[in-house]
Amino acid sequence: MWDHEIRAMASTHAIIAASVFMATVVPAALVRGFSVYGTHLPWLYAVSGAVAAVSVAAFWLLGISPPTKKHTLGYKEFPKSRCQAFSKGSQDKLIYKLSRLFRSCVYFFLSCLFFHAVVVLYGAPLIESALETFSLAVLLTSLTTLRCLCVLGPNVQAWIRVFSRHGAMSVWDTCLQITVACTLVGAWVGAFPIPLDWDRPWQVWPVSCSLGATIGFLTGLVAAPAWIHYHRKQLTYKCK
Amino acid sequence: MKRLPVLWLLLWVCALYSAGIYLFVGGFLLVRLEVNRTSTCGDVLQPGEEPADFCRVQPRFRRAVLLIVDALKIDFTWFDPHNAAPRPYENKLPVLEETVSSRPAHSRLYPFRADPPTTTMQRIKGFTTGSLPTFVDVGNNFASSAILEDNLIHQFGQVGKRVVFMGDDTWENLFPKKFHRSLPFPSFNVKDLHTVDNGILQHLYTTMVSDDWDILVAHFLGVDHCGHRFGPDHPAMADKLTQMNGVIRSVMDRLQNDTLLVVMGDHGMTDTGDHGGESQKETDAAIFLYSPSPLFPAAPSEVGGRSEPDVVPQTDLVPTLALLLGVPIPYSSVGQVLLPVFPPHGQTKGAVGGLSQLEALWINAKQVNRFLETYSGMAKDIPPESLSRLKADFSRLSSEYLATVRRGRPPSPQLAASLQAYLTSVRDTCRATWARFNPLKMAAGLAILAFACLTCFVLSELSFELIREDGTGLRAPVAAALMTGGCVAAGQLSARGYVEVAWCLAAAALSSELLFLWRARRSGIAGAEKIGPTSGWLTPRRLLAPPVLVPLLRCASLLSDSYVIAEGRAVTFLVLSLALYIPIRLNWDGLLLPPSHDSLKAAGILPPPALSPSTVRKESGTLLACLGLLVGSLYLSLSFHACREEQGSCQPSPFLSPLSRLQDSRLKNLHYVLSVFALALWTYLLRRCLRHYGNLNSASGAVFAARWVLLLLSVCLALYWAVSATPEDSFRNLAELIAMAQLALPRAAFCLLGLGLALIWLDPLTVYAKTKVQASARGPSVPPRYRASTAISPQAELHHLIPQIYQRMRRSLDDDGELSAGSEADGRPAVEAYGLGTVYSAPLVLFCGLLGMGLLLLHPEGMALSFLLLLLQMGAVLHIHASSTTLSGLHGAGSGCFNVPWTPVVLWSLAATQFFHATGHLPTFPSIQWGAAFVGFPEGHTGTVLPASLVTLNTFASHILFSVGCPLLLFWPLVCEVRGGRPGTACSEEGEDAVMEMRLRENPQQFSSALLQLSTRYLFVLGAQVFASVCAAAILRRHLMVWKVFAPKLMFEASGFLVSSASLLIGVTLVLRVDVAVGRWFKRLIPDASR
Ligand SMILES: [Zn+2]
Ligand SMILES: [Zn+2]
Repeated sequence: MWDHEIRAMASTHAIIAASVFMATVVPAALVRGFSVYGTHLPWLYAVSGAVAAVSVAAFWLLGISPPTKKHTLGYKEFPKSRCQAFSKGSQDKLIYKLSRLFRSCVYFFLSCLFFHAVVVLYGAPLIESALETFSLAVLLTSLTTLRCLCVLGPNVQAWIRVFSRHGAMSVWDTCLQITVACTLVGAWVGAFPIPLDWDRPWQVWPVSCSLGATIGFLTGLVAAPAWIHYHRKQLTYKCK
Repeated sequence: MKRLPVLWLLLWVCALYSAGIYLFVGGFLLVRLEVNRTSTCGDVLQPGEEPADFCRVQPRFRRAVLLIVDALKIDFTWFDPHNAAPRPYENKLPVLEETVSSRPAHSRLYPFRADPPTTTMQRIKGFTTGSLPTFVDVGNNFASSAILEDNLIHQFGQVGKRVVFMGDDTWENLFPKKFHRSLPFPSFNVKDLHTVDNGILQHLYTTMVSDDWDILVAHFLGVDHCGHRFGPDHPAMADKLTQMNGVIRSVMDRLQNDTLLVVMGDHGMTDTGDHGGESQKETDAAIFLYSPSPLFPAAPSEVGGRSEPDVVPQTDLVPTLALLLGVPIPYSSVGQVLLPVFPPHGQTKGAVGGLSQLEALWINAKQVNRFLETYSGMAKDIPPESLSRLKADFSRLSSEYLATVRRGRPPSPQLAASLQAYLTSVRDTCRATWARFNPLKMAAGLAILAFACLTCFVLSELSFELIREDGTGLRAPVAAALMTGGCVAAGQLSARGYVEVAWCLAAAALSSELLFLWRARRSGIAGAEKIGPTSGWLTPRRLLAPPVLVPLLRCASLLSDSYVIAEGRAVTFLVLSLALYIPIRLNWDGLLLPPSHDSLKAAGILPPPALSPSTVRKESGTLLACLGLLVGSLYLSLSFHACREEQGSCQPSPFLSPLSRLQDSRLKNLHYVLSVFALALWTYLLRRCLRHYGNLNSASGAVFAARWVLLLLSVCLALYWAVSATPEDSFRNLAELIAMAQLALPRAAFCLLGLGLALIWLDPLTVYAKTKVQASARGPSVPPRYRASTAISPQAELHHLIPQIYQRMRRSLDDDGELSAGSEADGRPAVEAYGLGTVYSAPLVLFCGLLGMGLLLLHPEGMALSFLLLLLQMGAVLHIHASSTTLSGLHGAGSGCFNVPWTPVVLWSLAATQFFHATGHLPTFPSIQWGAAFVGFPEGHTGTVLPASLVTLNTFASHILFSVGCPLLLFWPLVCEVRGGRPGTACSEEGEDAVMEMRLRENPQQFSSALLQLSTRYLFVLGAQVFASVCAAAILRRHLMVWKVFAPKLMFEASGFLVSSASLLIGVTLVLRVDVAVGRWFKRLIPDASR
């Protein structure tokens, strides 16, 4: 019964995956010496930027609306997007949109700090390669938190709620669960080759982790529509 | 409660594991057979074939002086005149370089490469017998026993040379009664830099000028001890080396023409001053040869490449000295003569009784060949193909040589080279083969361990059924074990005439395991029909669940040398992952946040919430706060790690070096204050915890221990640290006092610790019962009703009491059959029992706390911070476990189901490994903190048991603490029980009252089974790790890193397991002991109150 939504999701994911691919290939064609290992940080930011831009645009175009509370009725059609704020006329709405946008930016930054802290706690060097660690945090944020922001809006309560067994309230929530879990698990698994004494370029911090996160994210992009497609009979959402 | 069955089952499981470990280690660790035959003067070793007395020939030197400077690293002996700012260990031995450059024909300085293990005793064995002592001997460093193989000292004695020895008393143990005169000095105390050296210097010069000796051996220990105490990069090392320089100079001045001087180190040292391993820093010592008469026929530049070695292997000293001094080469030597000291062929005429290079090589080769033949006849471990190749080589060489000698022709230069090559290949073959395994024993050990793990798992799954049955089902397996063991012994006795214990053990363990598993399978099938399908726990979904995945990853990581090297961080990573999994999982189940009404009620998915939203919020808050604490202590614990030599850019924690090593006094004070602060916090937290639960009120032994022993112990520790940190030379007047305090304080602490632990053991109850006045006023005929209220009496408040109330004491007593039934309720409480709710956990917490302090005493002072983190982390894990249990409502049904899930058990056992690293330990032999043996015994020991056990306690401190505290996992959810939040549950009719641990007493059977299950689960996780490291050692036994990484890891993992299992048994026994005491207390209370 969500065939339409699943199709939309699959095509969105294809576009996002393509953007990751382009972010890797296009600079390599344009800029000399660009490579995933060699110039890891530029690659990382290219991927983050591409994914962020494409996600924001795609979710805006699709009109996936964060479930807004009843008392904020009226703002739920196009709650989060950059251009949207200007296209709507009302002063009220504009302020609301702006505050949402602002909060989203704050959340994005806080999430970067959060991921940075978690990665450091997992054993990343505290001072020496802080820039690398923070870049990884930015990548993780744009792969996970940004999606949360797009789908759920700047609402931490809702984020926490989504990640429970009965918390998903739409196909997009389920999709969010899958992609975020895949990304984080990918980054976690990416840490495993670091101690090995193989001396490969991708063992350098944080290459393996960001590669793991990206691969996990891509897997999630593929897995989410497929999983939802095959389990569509079992899926029941309470209130959309 | 069934106490003995639990204990017996645990003992049985531990015994199975130990048998497996014993068998595997017996088959894995290298064994070299000692050939106890000796060379004699009549041996046919002469250049010709005619028998002659070897010892008649006038030797090149009549006398020799051997100065052994322990740990004389090659770096210490180089002299660089251009070095403007030498480090403390550089350029301090100029005499060597001066002599070598000014008298090249008289002296030479070489790097002197020791074979691992680079411990002093093995090295002395190595350079007196010329053989290669194996890995197994490492453990003998405490109990050096006499050398039975043929050796230089023995040969000197045989030809009547008088050997005078002075220095390190290890020699006296290795060569008892072999010396003409000996002046041994105690070597064990590594803090003592001067006793041995000064003792030698008192006698060395007087002995030299007298004519009462032929061989003089002096073994100086100061440099080595200075390294152990301060490291090489310390001013004390400069002083010590300068002193050695003076000694060498004065000895050289007193030498006569017929005397050879050898100055050598037995091994090197790492940058931290330790040794024992096989890194080049440890193996490369120095050797300096000198004689007042020309010793080297050619200057080093003249000889050129071939006969001038870059590095002298340590085994080569034996044949060289033997031939220079005219004694037979010891029988089992595999060394090769040092060619530069022998003149080339045809130049021997001038030298006195000298052998030419070729003759020396020939004698050497013949001796080595003889040893090889004897050895290959005794043991079959040298591969036959290399043996036959070596034999063919030798016969070819000997025919060639004999032909040359017979014809009197000058020999071809290739002959010497091929003789050298032959000797080298023999040594290499020996070195390779003395890594000999017994694959059969290894396989048996592996099988036993695998089945032991399986048994442990089955036991933990079936613990309830096993306890419910009357017997434990242990009788048959034990009987089977005894029977098969006996049968195998009898069979061996009749077939071979002797019994090999290992195989009896193997048969016994395997048979009892298999019988148990077979029976368990049968009863498991019977049980499965009742419960439903329980099988299928090996599905991929369950394998990927973090509580299974994390231990699997941990076990897999033991198979990779990189992960073993990075073990400390890897384990921390896993612990963190598993800890983060807990709230994520709870949130996934919708249990972390109070359910929002609109959504859930509408959906009707969840049953009515068991906990009120405020409780959920509070518990979640606790959980997240404790998670924060856990994560924080995990992160901070990373900064207490030591460094392995393989970790290149690693800085060991500054807290690891004892305070006395710090030179900056401000830093020293800061460290001291930090340590004392940690210690005080440790004490305070323990007391605070006990007081909070009302366990500090009674007058029992345990409470006395908590009140006074804990405090005194911490004062003792703080004083001891202060005393041991004072620099020796700053308070000269107080030196005696300080020395006394260094002796007395730790001993007092040990006594206090013993007293405290004994008190807890003897009188573990921490319950204070207050009988109300009405109770005593009542008539004796009325059966009492006990009730404890949550209300805090004013008196109680005065004492900071939190009373614990136990309403259904009577019923429980009825269960025990202590009181006849037929009572009436009068609705009023008669007895308030303070601290009854934590009656089991309080002694355990106290026991752990005291034990932790005792273990801290054996560590460097800075480790107090790490121990504090350990305590905090323990508390955090316990609270997380308790909160998640409450949140997931596991205890909610009141079913008395006290199962501890796998996650906290895995977390607990991994934390033990994590803190093994965070207390500055590493699974390598050089990193063992030998200093622990001298805490309280600064003069050293006479026996070996006490120092060995002190070092063991130091090494496995965190294993011990976590294992002893393991039963706390069972108690803590009950201790942190949520009061009044459980409407409609069966077990607490009077909802407001806390029952806490008394719930366990109400369900004695579940208590026993839960305790058994928890212990077996813990043992399973530990056992799986041992099994993994055993597998690693077995699979990778020819790996490059096996002796450096896997074998030490296996030894540490295995001994850690043994220590842990023993500690776990202690912890469980303590719980059972408390249970006995509680039973008695109830018995006593009844007549008391009914009076
Ligand atoms: Zn030594
Ligand atoms: Zn030493």
